[in-house]
Amino acid sequence: MQNLTRTEVLTDAQTHYCPGCGHGIVHRLVAEVIDELGIREITIGTAPVGCAVLLYDYFNCDIIECAHGRPPAVATGIKRVHPDKIVFTYQGDGDLAAIGTSETIHAANRGENITVIFVNNAIYGMTGGQMAPTTLTGMFSTTSQDGRGAHGEGPPLRVCELLSSLGGVCYLERTAVSTPKDVINAKRAIKKAFKNQIDGKGFSLVEVLSMCPTDWKLSTAKAVDFVNNDMKAAFPLGVYKDRT
Amino acid sequence: MAEAAVQAGCRFFAGYPITPQNEVPEYMSKRMPQVGGVFVQAESEVAAINMVFGASAAGARCMTSSSSPGISLKQEGISYIAGAELPCLIANMQRGGPGLGNILASQADYFQAVKGGGHGDYHLIVLAPASLQELYNLTMNAFDWADYYRNPVMMLGDGILAQMAEPVEILPYEPILDLPPKDYILDGCKGRQPRVVKTLVLKPADGLVAHNEHLQEKYRRIQNELSLCKEYQTSDAEIVVAAYGITGRIAKGAVRLARKKGIAAGLIRPVTLWPFPKEPFAVAAETARKILVVEMSHGQFIEDVKLSVNGRCPVEFLGKGGGWYPTEDIVLEKIESMAASETVGKGKA
Repeated sequence: MQNLTRTEVLTDAQTHYCPGCGHGIVHRLVAEVIDELGIREITIGTAPVGCAVLLYDYFNCDIIECAHGRPPAVATGIKRVHPDKIVFTYQGDGDLAAIGTSETIHAANRGENITVIFVNNAIYGMTGGQMAPTTLTGMFSTTSQDGRGAHGEGPPLRVCELLSSLGGVCYLERTAVSTPKDVINAKRAIKKAFKNQIDGKGFSLVEVLSMCPTDWKLSTAKAVDFVNNDMKAAFPLGVYKDRT
Repeated sequence: MAEAAVQAGCRFFAGYPITPQNEVPEYMSKRMPQVGGVFVQAESEVAAINMVFGASAAGARCMTSSSSPGISLKQEGISYIAGAELPCLIANMQRGGPGLGNILASQADYFQAVKGGGHGDYHLIVLAPASLQELYNLTMNAFDWADYYRNPVMMLGDGILAQMAEPVEILPYEPILDLPPKDYILDGCKGRQPRVVKTLVLKPADGLVAHNEHLQEKYRRIQNELSLCKEYQTSDAEIVVAAYGITGRIAKGAVRLARKKGIAAGLIRPVTLWPFPKEPFAVAAETARKILVVEMSHGQFIEDVKLSVNGRCPVEFLGKGGGWYPTEDIVLEKIESMAASETVGKGKA
């Protein structure tokens, strides 16, 4: 029987996330991993711009809130000053793969010894459902109202595939939180990404396909189906690089 | 400047190549590893300033350097650093603009440096050295002021200062202030409550409004405590020249030549551009017949001089942008013509 008590790595604050949103699950997985590795007191997290900006209210460790897309650069500054501390970024798709693409690619290529948690829900959530770099072809958003691809938007950007060619990258895996099995697997991957940093192995990124029922304008159940049927087809799960 | 930073305990440098300041990151790339510090050549100016943001939050004395177009790119990060009240040094060796402009010296980033630059109500402490020795000394002081006030400091130089060579006495670092403990840094929450460094303050009344009032209170304190200025022969001057940085040095030569010709000229050279040293200009407005502003732009610094003079004395202008610089002769000629012409609307003859 598994112990389901609350981890001390999360505060008692009630999250602001919408019903059916995946952020709460991903927060919990990251927090459990930090707890199990016993690193809360040496961990410094970065909060992104987007729905997860308020994670500094939810995580019970040192946090810096960054400008949109800049967490990998900020994390570089912190980690280089404190190589013995654990530094993670937690970023959404707009943050990591649009406005922060450059910071992501170069931190990865330098092999910065940090852990990146990349929550991909294929939409800009906080700003109200605009097209993300990872919005699927044909998918509606408030800025691709005829479906992505109808007016020159290009196909969705696939981060794990993109980063897999970079020499500095240690570990890349795409996971999901849309089924219990996926959640268990995502936690295993996140734990591995943190362990890699503890062992000084370099840049590790775990992508997590996640639900956004509110901005997808779907019920919570149908949002889960959308991840399982549509997102997993566009973003195949699996390990994209493992140098460990 | 780079060695002064090292002497002052700077142990983190992130930068991106841009002329005319490449000597700084080049020097740091070799020097930082020698002293156990960190040098990162960032992928962009934006990344460089954000690395400094992280390093400062982590507690390191840190800096970045760039030149005008690069400083424009850094404005996002500068606003965050100012909002989060983190200390750091940002050097801008100004070049000609707008746009890509050219790589000659310029003082056209004055507004950007002293009036904000990035979004939001904030101020940098802005320093304007006129020699390499002053650049060296002010760089060491800058780290103390940054830590003392928890505020980013900008070293506002130009392409001449960045490219010239002159003897500098390498002085050891001596703190000029009693520095407060860094009780805000992020180094893991062992033995204490977790800390958050952030600029998002969603609640207006007791949140962002209060935070802004707190910042303004700090800025008022800095204005009261840190206005620095060099004056040269102003006590009996009829024509007071106002110029900063390398232009101030050129103007000093012109004032000296004018004195030789029997013209009572003087010089006010602000060392801090923010806070702006208003007092010497207020005095000169009463005692001088005319004030001449010289700058390597089409008129930015002159606005602060006029605000301080407040209409009590005529203020004339000599300046151009785009790589133009004044020689002593050009400034002297202007002083002579001002001395020869009558003053309208001023009680003194």
